[in-house]
Amino acid sequence: MKTKTLSRVAIRFAGDSGDGMQLTGARFTQETARLGNDLATKPDFPAEIRAPAGTIGGVSAFQIHFGDQEIFTAGDEVDVLVAMNPAALKANLKDLKQNGLLICNRDAFHEKNLAKVQYTTNPLDDESLKTKYRLVDVDISTQTARALEGLSLSTSGKEKCKNFFALGLACHVFTRNVDDTISWIERKFAGKEELIKANVEALRAGIAFAEASEILAEQFEVQSADLPSGTYRNLTGNQGIALGLIAASELSGRPLMYGSYPITPASDILHELSKYKNFGVRTFQAEDEIAACCSAIGAAYGGALGVTGSSGPGIALKQEAIGLAVSTELPLVIVDVQRAGPSTGMPTKTEQSDLLQVLFGRNGECPVAVLAVSQPDDAFETTLEACRIALEHMTPVFLLSDGHIGTGSQPWAVPNPESLAKISPPLVSETQAENFKPYARNEQFVRGWALPGTKGLEHRIGGIEKQDITGNISYDPENHERMVKLRAQKIAKIAETFPATRIVGDQEGDVLLLGWGSTRGAIEGAVKELRAEGHRVGYVHLRYLNPLPNDLPEILSRFKRVIVPELNSGQLRFVLRATYLKEIEGFSKVQGQPLKIREVKERVISTGAVA
Amino acid sequence: MTETATSDALVKLTKKDFESDQEVRWCAGCGDYAILAAVQKTLASLGAKREEHIFISGIGCSSRFPYYMNTYGFHTIHGRAPAIATGLRVARPDLTVWLITGDGDALSIGGNHFIHLLRRNVNVNVLLFNNRIYGLTKGQYSPTSEVGKITKSTPYGSIDEPVDPVSLALAAKATFVARTSAVDVKHLSEVLTAAHEHRGTAMVEIFQNCPVFNDNAFDSITDRSARSSQQMLLRDGEPLIFGEQKEKGIIFEGFTPRVIDHGGNGLLEKVVRFDKQDKHLAMLLAQLPYPEFPVPMGVLYEENRPVYEEALHAQIASATAKKGKGDLKALLLGNDSWTTS
Repeated sequence: MKTKTLSRVAIRFAGDSGDGMQLTGARFTQETARLGNDLATKPDFPAEIRAPAGTIGGVSAFQIHFGDQEIFTAGDEVDVLVAMNPAALKANLKDLKQNGLLICNRDAFHEKNLAKVQYTTNPLDDESLKTKYRLVDVDISTQTARALEGLSLSTSGKEKCKNFFALGLACHVFTRNVDDTISWIERKFAGKEELIKANVEALRAGIAFAEASEILAEQFEVQSADLPSGTYRNLTGNQGIALGLIAASELSGRPLMYGSYPITPASDILHELSKYKNFGVRTFQAEDEIAACCSAIGAAYGGALGVTGSSGPGIALKQEAIGLAVSTELPLVIVDVQRAGPSTGMPTKTEQSDLLQVLFGRNGECPVAVLAVSQPDDAFETTLEACRIALEHMTPVFLLSDGHIGTGSQPWAVPNPESLAKISPPLVSETQAENFKPYARNEQFVRGWALPGTKGLEHRIGGIEKQDITGNISYDPENHERMVKLRAQKIAKIAETFPATRIVGDQEGDVLLLGWGSTRGAIEGAVKELRAEGHRVGYVHLRYLNPLPNDLPEILSRFKRVIVPELNSGQLRFVLRATYLKEIEGFSKVQGQPLKIREVKERVISTGAVA
Repeated sequence: MTETATSDALVKLTKKDFESDQEVRWCAGCGDYAILAAVQKTLASLGAKREEHIFISGIGCSSRFPYYMNTYGFHTIHGRAPAIATGLRVARPDLTVWLITGDGDALSIGGNHFIHLLRRNVNVNVLLFNNRIYGLTKGQYSPTSEVGKITKSTPYGSIDEPVDPVSLALAAKATFVARTSAVDVKHLSEVLTAAHEHRGTAMVEIFQNCPVFNDNAFDSITDRSARSSQQMLLRDGEPLIFGEQKEKGIIFEGFTPRVIDHGGNGLLEKVVRFDKQDKHLAMLLAQLPYPEFPVPMGVLYEENRPVYEEALHAQIASATAKKGKGDLKALLLGNDSWTTS
């Protein structure tokens, strides 16, 4: 068997919701990460737990893009498609490259399933499919059942192991080891010997089939990427946020309290944090979104790192309470793992459409800090930064992520905790009781954090307008205006603590691409390709969305044109135009899907933005 | 230093020490004044420390209460005080939390949080000021207003059935449910003390008169002259008796309660003895229709059940004992890391 070396490969595993495609993808990812490839993943699954079997609506897919070089996105198109049924083929074939490898489970291509997705003939028998793609037509269910003959598992139980057959097949074709997966199966099904045996046998049968198959005449290998030296692990954006919160708790010496109400795609943060009780983490599954936010505010009032997390609809419910935290100037971190809206929208699909909601969606003049995570490997650091700002500047901070970042994964260079900066909240001690004033401010306009239980600091706070310095209730007109300004200035001053904004690519030139959130990979990939083609393009990715970095206007002035690609109808563009009175172009995609490198490139070139 | 510490411990605070420097701004004759005074006095009598007591309120006339207490206080948003109090207790189980709310705040906009606070049994003392009207928004009917109530928003009379806080609390599995009134300061103080001593959520409904928008709402029950015949004071282990001469009592025929005149005919033995740990009895008493039956006053029910935040901290302690105190470095590395050089 020949082995061919490839620089990068994108594979999509697609099947029915119950076919275990997410698990197959996650295991393949882990084996790939072990080999030192850079990678990016994109799970794409329906909101329904088990949509009707065999339908397009029930298709669940997992895409992984890996390579021997820096990988920016999960891939615009795929080199390999594994389709476990006709629906998966129909829904995903459009993204398979011409001459790409197409692995199908023939057993699922029976009349009933074909009819469900309006195939009048079996596409596997269609010559055009075979000419356009390299079709690997395998009776995966039958092969799996044969491999598991002799095991006491039921027929349906054996059928469930077919995803491991597919995984084995893919691992062999791409020269992945399966040792980790075998030990993972042993851990996962500990005590259930029959299941361990069945899954391992199915995995081995897949490998054996690939070895013997004539169609799979080649094996492919992808050299490890030249990642900076260090220790890596693969993690999702949601995991990165959870770890960042725990680290911020340790670095600030404030216990973490996470109040949340289950919602897609943010629930995994709650699941993750609830495991770490031995870090003193207090998780609270509240009765609703409002209570989740209020419990975090109550905890913050008591001296904890109070955090609440949700997605768009839940954020809308929390907004009144966030206003209370603005008025009482308490630290609070609000995680928004955005999804397609409005209303329920498309819960499992990604979007960046909550920016204006988090900036402006509260009553009154109600400024908060807003930060955005750009990709899974950035989630930890941005979370730490959000917590630092909340605790040191006594303010609510929105931490924006989205479904694509939250569920997607990447290798993350694990930092040494000793290298992380301490977080120092402005705690007021008993010794400062004399002349203590709840709303007296430091040079950053930040008030002190006087914790209940501290003798001599007894005071009252609330959502009613308060007198400057004393915090007593005040309806005085001039005082109100002063307080509105002080609250705004306090947020504006946070920008003084930001590092210089980094421009990727050309430092000045024809076009500046300006991005935020999960569009980073696609934009960065596009900039790299555009520059390789000779265009003068720069790229800035904003972590800080409010306040905006102080050096941004100067950077904008260095380029002839500024284009803001966003997964919304132009929300950051709206803010930038209003803030800087400058012509800024937008590039919108609102399909519930991540941006592609090709789309960004086309936008830049087709509008004549570059010569 | 030692001397100061000693003298500190010996100084017992008075009612005045619990009064803040803010001018109290309730209407003249408002029932809230009496409750404020009773709470300040109760704290003094309990030997409380100012810094350890936190008053959390929602929105409404009663919710201005924290501003008048020289303790820690947090005036929050409408209906949400239970959620904020829960978060505070989860973060700080060392503090004593009082929750000040009203019939609109707790039972209408905050109904959900009220129920969940009670079922979780978070250790807070809930003082529910019930005046059966919206005062701060200037006189609309509330969820405890009687059917047919004529108010600004119901000129033809309200058409929705009122909710009874005591019955609701019992159904929500509250572990301490009491009813008292602002005009009976002695009884109020007794109930406040009992609520403070209870571990878990103590729900105290306080009949409170609004002289401006719903004057005399409770007069038929709480007037000095009416109390003995219209109220039934509950005492643990004592018979359920009432009346000017305590001549009347409650008996059960099957599950049906009846009022009897036990005086002088040896029927006192038949009168039900109150047991505050009897949930069935509490639910029956909560359902007694007024005015056919007197209004039960005092602690209707008390139960000892694990407190939410104590259970949460017990989990933290047992996880820590089992796994050892969390090691951040190991956590960040996880189980599947690899090293490149």
